[in-house]
Amino acid sequence: MSDEQAHDELGERLKEFAGRPAAVAGRGKDPVNAPMIRHWCEALGDTNPAYTGPDAVAPPTMLQAWTMGGLTGHQGRTGAYDELLGLLDASGCTSVVATDCEQEYLRPLRPGDEVVFDTVIEEVSARKTTRLGTGYFVTTRTEVRVDGEPVGIHRFRILKYAPAPRGPRTPRPRPVVNRDNAGFWQGVAEHRLLIQRCTACGTLRHPWLPGCNACGGPDWDTVEASGEGTVHSYVVMHHPPFPAFTAPEEGAAGPYAVGLIELAEGVRMVSNVVGVPYDKVRIGLPVRLVFRRYDEDLTLPVFEAVDR
Amino acid sequence: MRAGEPLPPLEIPVTRTLIVAGAIASRDYQDVHHDAELARQKGAPDIFMNILTTNGLVGRYVTDHFGPAAVLRKVAIRLGTPNHPGDTMVLTGSVEEVDGDTAVVRVVGANKTGTHVTGTVTVTLPAGEAAR
Ligand SMILES: [Zn+2]
Repeated sequence: MSDEQAHDELGERLKEFAGRPAAVAGRGKDPVNAPMIRHWCEALGDTNPAYTGPDAVAPPTMLQAWTMGGLTGHQGRTGAYDELLGLLDASGCTSVVATDCEQEYLRPLRPGDEVVFDTVIEEVSARKTTRLGTGYFVTTRTEVRVDGEPVGIHRFRILKYAPAPRGPRTPRPRPVVNRDNAGFWQGVAEHRLLIQRCTACGTLRHPWLPGCNACGGPDWDTVEASGEGTVHSYVVMHHPPFPAFTAPEEGAAGPYAVGLIELAEGVRMVSNVVGVPYDKVRIGLPVRLVFRRYDEDLTLPVFEAVDR
Repeated sequence: MRAGEPLPPLEIPVTRTLIVAGAIASRDYQDVHHDAELARQKGAPDIFMNILTTNGLVGRYVTDHFGPAAVLRKVAIRLGTPNHPGDTMVLTGSVEEVDGDTAVVRVVGANKTGTHVTGTVTVTLPAGEAAR
């Protein structure tokens, strides 16, 4: 069975968990109480007087805290939730991170309130690749009650994922060199950016092609680019992250700018814009050709922002 | 209180103490929120703030601004880049809509690496204060 088939099969099994209870009549380990409220307020620097004194209410955002299992684990959790997490663990998705939290507060909680809660698995996503790794989003919805009366609703989403390997830096993909563009790459090897020129009509062209777009002529020679240019257009790649395309000084897999550079000679080429933060790249930005060495076997023409 | 009204920014120095104290106060003992070595084994550069602390800080940001009589009705947040020790998270917000005594406030918390949290907070004010 291929990896993809295995993932699809797991995905189908995971989807079946939607609608199943994750906790039934779970009980908060402690009643709502002043010491835990005080610790929370101290930790978060919350000096709201509503949370102290004889008429104190609990900070509403503590809703989930009253349902937490702590070091001794959750009570009232069903087999379904453990089974779901177990399947994910077994598939390599051993790490967990919370991504979303939506809480609705129906009435304030006060010291002495004894919290009871039911949790349902609302959704398990398809397999997703994120910056952290590949995994599945699991959404649960918890209803919190006191004396049978609903006091709050809490929707929570986690990502269960297999951490992305943090091995050696991913190398850039190699250029595909063929008969039609070999001259271009030969030029790059000599740190010369060569533009093709039709010998019949004189039209410049880039990228390299076997024939002239203007007259169809098959014969050509080359002109060396001066290296001056401007950003004609650009995109910033945020997601998915490609560590290979990010300059080391910009972090492991941060966003990067891809420019369509208009060379002084009039042709345009796609390349990285370097030496300027990705969010400072603008249309019209003057740039100059530099040859950047990415690894032992790869040097590429890229464009550096210049003051002009 | 009217739609478009900005809230003054609130700077939260993200100390190791805040991350650990927030995790424990919310009874979240996931190791990534208090044990740097285990956090690194799981691919993070250091411990990072748990979502319950972020949620609490977003709530605090709104009640700090509107005062102790303001009552939180809903807090909905999404996390982005993590809050690590040494970061400063700057919370900013603006009133997105007002309906009688109830306002929806959009909140963003950013640190040096990007947006840590985006969310909306629905808050009710006592009648007299809502009209201000
Ligand atoms: Zn031609």
